[in-house]
Amino acid sequence: MAQVPNLIPALPEIFLAVAAMALLMLGVFRGDGSTRLVSWLSVAALVVAGGLVLAVGGPREVTLSGLFVMDRFGVFMKLLVLLGSALTLILSMTYVEREQMSRVEYPVLIVLSTTGMLMMVSANDLISLYVGLETQSLAAYVIAAFRRDSARSSEAGLKYFVLGALSSGMLLYGSSLVYGFAGSTGFDRLAAVLAAGSVSTGLLVGLVFVAAGVAFKLSAVPFHMWTPDVYEGSPTSVTAFFAVAPKVAAVALFVRLLIEPFGSLVEQWRQIVWFMSVGSMLLGSFAAIGQSNIKRLMAYSSIGHVGYALVGLAAGSELGVRGVMFYLAIYIFMNIGAFAVILCMRQNGRAVEGIQDLSGLSKSHPMLALAMAIFMFSMAGIPPNAGFFAKLFVFQAAIEAQLYVLAVIGVLSSVVGAYYYLRIVKVMYFDDAVEPLDRAIPAESRVLVAATALFTLLFFFVPAPLLEGAANAASSLFAG
Amino acid sequence: MEVLAIFLPLLGAFIAGFFGRWIGDRGAQIVTCAGLIVSAMISIWLFNDIALGGNPRTVELFTWMDSGALEVSWSLRLDSLTAVMLIVVTVVSSCVHVYSVGYMSHDHSIPRFMAYLSLFTFFMLMLVTADNLLQMFFGWEGVGLASYLLINFWYEKPSANAAAMKAFIVNRVGDFGFALGIMATFAIFGTIQFDAIFGAVPQAANQDMNFLGFQAHALTVTCLLLFMGAMGKSAQLGLHTWLPDAMEGPTPVSALIHAATMVTAGVFMVCRLSPMFEYAPAALAVVTIVGALTAFVAATIGFTQFDIKRVIAYSTMSQLGYMFFAAGVSAYGAAMFHLMTHAFFKALLFLGAGSVIHAMSDEQDMRRMGGIWKMIPFTYAMMWVGSLALAGIPVFAGYYSKDMILEAAYADHSAVGTLAFWLGIAAAFLTAFYSWRLIIMAFHGKPRADEKTMAHVHESPLVMTLPLLVLAIGAVFSGMVAYGWFVGEGRAEFWGRAILVLHENDTVEAAHHVPGWVPLAPLVVALAGIATAYVFYMFRPDLPGALAQRFAGLHRFLYNKWYFDELYDRIFVRPAKALGFGLWQAGDRAVIDGVGPDGVAAATRGMAARAARLQSGYVYHYAFAMVVGVVVLVGWFYLRG
Repeated sequence: MAQVPNLIPALPEIFLAVAAMALLMLGVFRGDGSTRLVSWLSVAALVVAGGLVLAVGGPREVTLSGLFVMDRFGVFMKLLVLLGSALTLILSMTYVEREQMSRVEYPVLIVLSTTGMLMMVSANDLISLYVGLETQSLAAYVIAAFRRDSARSSEAGLKYFVLGALSSGMLLYGSSLVYGFAGSTGFDRLAAVLAAGSVSTGLLVGLVFVAAGVAFKLSAVPFHMWTPDVYEGSPTSVTAFFAVAPKVAAVALFVRLLIEPFGSLVEQWRQIVWFMSVGSMLLGSFAAIGQSNIKRLMAYSSIGHVGYALVGLAAGSELGVRGVMFYLAIYIFMNIGAFAVILCMRQNGRAVEGIQDLSGLSKSHPMLALAMAIFMFSMAGIPPNAGFFAKLFVFQAAIEAQLYVLAVIGVLSSVVGAYYYLRIVKVMYFDDAVEPLDRAIPAESRVLVAATALFTLLFFFVPAPLLEGAANAASSLFAG
Repeated sequence: MEVLAIFLPLLGAFIAGFFGRWIGDRGAQIVTCAGLIVSAMISIWLFNDIALGGNPRTVELFTWMDSGALEVSWSLRLDSLTAVMLIVVTVVSSCVHVYSVGYMSHDHSIPRFMAYLSLFTFFMLMLVTADNLLQMFFGWEGVGLASYLLINFWYEKPSANAAAMKAFIVNRVGDFGFALGIMATFAIFGTIQFDAIFGAVPQAANQDMNFLGFQAHALTVTCLLLFMGAMGKSAQLGLHTWLPDAMEGPTPVSALIHAATMVTAGVFMVCRLSPMFEYAPAALAVVTIVGALTAFVAATIGFTQFDIKRVIAYSTMSQLGYMFFAAGVSAYGAAMFHLMTHAFFKALLFLGAGSVIHAMSDEQDMRRMGGIWKMIPFTYAMMWVGSLALAGIPVFAGYYSKDMILEAAYADHSAVGTLAFWLGIAAAFLTAFYSWRLIIMAFHGKPRADEKTMAHVHESPLVMTLPLLVLAIGAVFSGMVAYGWFVGEGRAEFWGRAILVLHENDTVEAAHHVPGWVPLAPLVVALAGIATAYVFYMFRPDLPGALAQRFAGLHRFLYNKWYFDELYDRIFVRPAKALGFGLWQAGDRAVIDGVGPDGVAAATRGMAARAARLQSGYVYHYAFAMVVGVVVLVGWFYLRG
């Protein structure tokens, strides 16, 4: 009789998957009028999943025939993912209602996508990696095109899907090469084989392809091209979601993939990461300057941020991974805050997304403008905001790994990046409003904006919990 | 208790400064005055406990910085030196605070003024209670800042702006020396904490150090650098030019900062560091010479000036010179003694002058005063008391301290000491002369002001006269009372370990055994100076003009303050301005802006446009980019093997 595998470590994923089904049924039976209820229930499910993650998390545990791993790194990343998903879901409730796209599938799809992300974080085999990635992506393709009556939204979904398929192909092709040259798809086996034997070029090619497939999800240069279009075309609430949770999951996946099975190839993959990091930082800074649409701007901003996070990964050290995780945590808060503000941008009941529409915000919505200014200063990396420390740690790791050129490019591009962040502040505070934004701001947004702004501004008073959490999680990756 | 004394002024400044708008003018005055008066009372108690009770102590507040070998803490060093300074600072400051209530009553920003005054007092207290050089430097810079703010209190006056900047910049020169001195101290001793330094001085007495490529006696270099800071703050010859200009500030400020307290910080510093200076005889000689020259030069300038405040300002400078050469001949006790008595009578003179100015509707030129002594008899009497003390007439405070200094200088029996003695005697004559010149010109003779002003002449209100009275008591009795403690029999017990004098340098002891004519000489020349002033300005008012014409060159030289300002303007100010202008036009605008910000900005904009153009919107372009990316990466690995 076949033994039942230990399902405890996978409990959060299983719970979320079941919850998604149940919520779907609930929604279908009760109709679109119940979207808000389903949304809140989804948030509850995400919170419960977070609790489960904390409950089952602990020392490293491998299960499901070696396909699935749960460790402290996974706990940290999963919590970030769940946090990102839950907060963006809360933010989007009022938005989807106002935009007349309030259908029950929306929260359910987000929960499903989140399930895929959790699986990505816990993948311990190229196969489970792929399955997690696709689960996440398929749901994401759909919500990108969630506004079916909008040509831009449909276009975004389609573009995302076509290019995503291409990247999946690359990933699969790379996986097959790795399997062919190393003889296994399991991370543990791969690590053992690679540590023992010499490295063949074929394996490196496989690694490049796998990295390319993952980098697409990260939107790292040169696999970023979809990002601005999809971010701009998708409904804003979806953009907020894309900018946060999937990024975290993809980075987590990338980190685990490179550190665990390919850890002994650090000299090789560092060149790939270096290249992507520099490309992302530079493109993120320069291309954003010319943008007039704030969602597009945020797309380039997110490309840039991925570049900075990759700086830490390029270091390949425990300190570097800690920096990456720390960066992502801060990034989530800043981004959710910024998108919360962007979601509030409406004129006469119509959503607007031009940067110029923010002009005069300091007079019509002083608190909102202040919060946005805090986020922008933080993203630009100006102390004492949280974003400064995020950058500080990754650059520190790079310096310690003697990646001086990378660190210098990073600092310089963050100077360029500061320009477009500060431009938003300038527009809000010094330009006169043509037409002021609507005054009605949903309560959830108020709370979230205030909370994230306070976090961003006051983080430096109590940095220890987050820092220790990240350090703890990072050490679990290097313990093996 | 100690902490309260020092932080009450800060609290007052904080409340008056930040909440002045809510608590109003009256509130700000009450808060700051009350804080200061309480602080002064505590200081008197502390003086009793520490100096008279022989109970010195150090109160540790908390660690400031701890970096490598450098460990600095905030702590209050309370010994006799500090106690003397505490009492001087808080008492004079309280008087000035109260006086300001009346003097500044017509001003528009009273809370700001009171807050600055209290802030200054706090920094001054920080300076005198410092337990290490860095904390002292903190207070040092703090009083500099407060002085800048107060000189520039009437910031709408361009001359006040210029004077404030001048004070700040000239002090920077001195402070640069001070900062270097602190670093040199750290280099020699590995610490900047006073006790640790003083304990290590005897071992380091023969050490050399490399300074600017020269091998020099380490302690001498260090002491001279520190003394440079003292010269700036105490307006000694060379770095003195800011002090007369600082009279642009309101008169209470001149009394508090530029007469009684801040300018004496340099003297205090030298006394505080006496254990270091004692082992650097060359540095002491320099201190003596600079002090003696300052005493004389300032006095010569003083007797040609017509602005009532400037006369007193030069007199201050001259008296500071006395203090320095006293310290220079190792008579630190005498220096501190004169510091204290001077604080009382000079603050009295300034506030009295303020009262005169107040009465004359803000007239400061003595040529447009006169004939008012019957209208403001109280002020007149106060000016007499102050002048008698300044000139060193027996019974008044200045007599005891100034005589002591001159006797000590004589008793030093060295060349520099003798020079200081004779210059000091000459200055004493001039001091008495210009003091009575001031009294006679300001109060006697025919009224030279217009009728409208004369009709307005009135005695000042009680809030202004009461502080004068307090200071006058100090100016009369402080010398008599404190003589025994500071320089008399009880001095060893009084000072304890606060001041160190090597046995062979003990000039205060020697001063008690000088020939009989030495103590008499200052008194004789002072009386002569007073008599001369009466002859020149009371009985033969035609004489000064005639003499000035006869010695026109000399008069012009003195009247123009030995041309120090013109010299500095030629040597430093103009070349610096020219250099700055050149660097601005050629360096900054052409090269840095052109290549730097402007050039980079243009390049960035170009790159941004190109980067945006990559984003065509076509899926196949995007796919192509991805494939190219993979190919490049794969190719990279292939080529590298």
